[in-house]
Amino acid sequence: MTNELDYLSRRVVAGKLSRRDFLGRAAALGVTAPFANSLLSSAARAAGPVKGGTLKAGLVGGESTNSLDPALMMTQVPFAFGKCWGEMIVELSPEGKLENRIAEEIGSSDDAKVWTLKIRDGIEFHNGKTVTAEDVAATLERHSDEKSKSGALGYMKGIETIKASGKEVVLTLKEPNADLPYLLSDYHLIVQPNGGKDKPDAGISAGPYKVKVNEPGVRHVGERFANYWQGDKMGHADQIEVVVINDATARTAALQGGQVNMINRVEPKIVDLIKRVPGVTIRNHSGPGHYVFIMHCNTAPFDNNDLRMALKLAINREEMLNKVLRGYGSLGNDFPINASYPLFTEIEQRKYDPDKAKFHYKKSGHDGSILLRTSDVAFPGAVDAAQLYQQSAAKAGIKLEIKREPGDGYWNEVWNKQPFCASYWGGRSTQDQMYSTAYLSSADWNDTRFKRPDFDKMVLAARAELDEAKRKQMYHDMAVMVRDEGGLILPMFNQFIDATGPKVAGWVEDPHQELCNGYALAKCWLEA
Amino acid sequence: MSAPIVKLVAQRIALGVLLLLAVSVLIFAGTQILPGDVAQAILGQSATPESLANLREQLGLNDPAYIRYFHWLGGVLTGDLGTAMSSGQDIATSIKERLWNTLFLAFWAAIVAIPLAIILGLIAVRYRNGWVDKLISGLALASTSFPEFFIGYLLVYFFAVKWQIFPAISTVYEGMSFGERLQAIVLPATALTLVVLAHMMRMTRAAILNVMQSAYVETAELKGLSAFSVIRKHAFPNAIAPIINVVMLNLAYLVVGVVVVEVIFVYPGMGQYLVDHVTKRDVPVVQAVGLIFAAVYISLNIIADIAAIVANPRLRHPK
Repeated sequence: MTNELDYLSRRVVAGKLSRRDFLGRAAALGVTAPFANSLLSSAARAAGPVKGGTLKAGLVGGESTNSLDPALMMTQVPFAFGKCWGEMIVELSPEGKLENRIAEEIGSSDDAKVWTLKIRDGIEFHNGKTVTAEDVAATLERHSDEKSKSGALGYMKGIETIKASGKEVVLTLKEPNADLPYLLSDYHLIVQPNGGKDKPDAGISAGPYKVKVNEPGVRHVGERFANYWQGDKMGHADQIEVVVINDATARTAALQGGQVNMINRVEPKIVDLIKRVPGVTIRNHSGPGHYVFIMHCNTAPFDNNDLRMALKLAINREEMLNKVLRGYGSLGNDFPINASYPLFTEIEQRKYDPDKAKFHYKKSGHDGSILLRTSDVAFPGAVDAAQLYQQSAAKAGIKLEIKREPGDGYWNEVWNKQPFCASYWGGRSTQDQMYSTAYLSSADWNDTRFKRPDFDKMVLAARAELDEAKRKQMYHDMAVMVRDEGGLILPMFNQFIDATGPKVAGWVEDPHQELCNGYALAKCWLEA
Repeated sequence: MSAPIVKLVAQRIALGVLLLLAVSVLIFAGTQILPGDVAQAILGQSATPESLANLREQLGLNDPAYIRYFHWLGGVLTGDLGTAMSSGQDIATSIKERLWNTLFLAFWAAIVAIPLAIILGLIAVRYRNGWVDKLISGLALASTSFPEFFIGYLLVYFFAVKWQIFPAISTVYEGMSFGERLQAIVLPATALTLVVLAHMMRMTRAAILNVMQSAYVETAELKGLSAFSVIRKHAFPNAIAPIINVVMLNLAYLVVGVVVVEVIFVYPGMGQYLVDHVTKRDVPVVQAVGLIFAAVYISLNIIADIAAIVANPRLRHPK
């Protein structure tokens, strides 16, 4: 059976059999459509990329207020377009390994405090200038400047000095950090000529596409950069285009109508409908992103661990996963780490247990209703999720009062301000990064007010630990602590759900972010 | 044109300018009482205290409000709308293209909707209370009663997804040929036409019917003129003032009220631009767009007034 399908899939790639016939044949052999599609894509990959054409994406997450300055990139469109024109120092491979890009080699001192980046020869910027160690150093300087508005400032502050000499950049850290190379894969750190200090929004870097049109909130067009240093790996289409389509229905219609080749953020509730459209492939895969309810550990009544435990036990995760995400996700376990992290360890799954919840609730001594704030923008389906939570908690005798907040202003007025609300996290590339961003006592985004000196010590120790087994154990202990004593209720990890139209090949499953970690337009091609 | 008309027109325009000035104060005051702060809104979920403080200082949010008002007004009068706080782009440049797009869409919707509405109104009057009248009124009312997004989605479903005749998204950009632009806006223009049609049609019908009660129409009928001649020569010219009024009102709507249609069809017009910047508390942009919208409303109203005065000699000689 497999032989036959292999043969047929090669015929499709060669253009001797229509895709539709192939899918029909595969169905007759009892093969599911996603599997048949993946067979096709691997056959197409084996046949090699096809050059040419215009690849278009219709994406949510762009506004007329966007800028090309990498420091200010926040939403999906600047992120995905940035990966097309920008080149990184290092990148995470789809398998989670470090992939050297502008840096040819990265080495550290034994204590993980001094790091040396060797800059690759012969990479060229779009303006014809060669990428030098000075440019890399300037880029890092700009993003680690205290006055910077960079989204990467939080972790770049840990760098004490940056020195460029010859072909090398030497970084000295304030504290040892074994994860430094992972931090350098942050999508804000696009290398620019002189670090972008002269004109940060010029849109010039060394990526596979040159910025041709930049109309924020409307569309962005890139033209293949002839001198891209890895032309065989990326930049297959002659031109790429991002059209900003924030309305979910319009986005789906554009894919179905053939105006775009790929879209992001397909809503779980319509995935099954879209799957039936001929030629459309759903590209869903799990990542570190998660949907949460957060309690402030230092605010009554949430300053009582029994009450927190009661609320954690009173949520029906399975039901929420099935009803809100329609199964496009995985169960959460009240700590923000899952298998997409390199040093993840399994911990016993917490289950919905109304009796135990009732016990802890009684023990906490709290009485009366608890106010939970939610909003459509907290995460897709957050209002429904809150209502489900209300019902499952009621069975444990806990009365939740749901307050629906306006989406406008939610992140200023509610998140990180009110003691109990719905929210989401996109996740980070390493455990250290995730815990440092949101669970260290000093973290600006410590949205659960989890302030534990003993936990902080563990984070710092793990950061400096180079022995992987020991580190794994440390992260395990930290996870248990957050799970059993923290203010985080994490019912589910969401999947990224993208979709592609007919003819799109070369899709790479990448757990780090949506759209092949933003590289979909750069890595995919149009089959002839 | 006689002197009284010129005087009346001059008066209206002067009033309009005054009104615009008053509106500018209101807009400025309104933007000051928005909750939250622009720096916080720009940085969103990723705001840290340091980056917030840096941004606030950079944006000059520490000056008192009246100083910022006069600064702004001076800029507007010299054609400088300032730069957007959130993206640092020149507002006048960004708005120029957006405004042109909005006007382009409004123009083509109006070109279809206005004659269609008036002709349908005339036909409805001609066959008043008969089945033609009822059919026209019924369909027009139905199309108006559906929310815009529903009409938009219906059009997308049938014309873009099912039959694939027109594109589902109407992104227009520089370098597109005129024909491509027209093709791109067919669906949103149709949606807008359906939305504004009924109002104009019903007003035309009502205004003419109103005139039809007059003695001179009766005389005309008694003279033996055909029903269409009576409407065309005697009733319509006398009903023109209220019709122009409602047409202008709908024209204004086509420019300032199309946010929903723009979002559904991904059309890069003023509405979407305004919404983006309101959520970012980008005050200069909100002010500029608000002022432009106000100017559109006020000028269309002045035009309606003047047209009514020209059409009706009695208004030229107030008692």
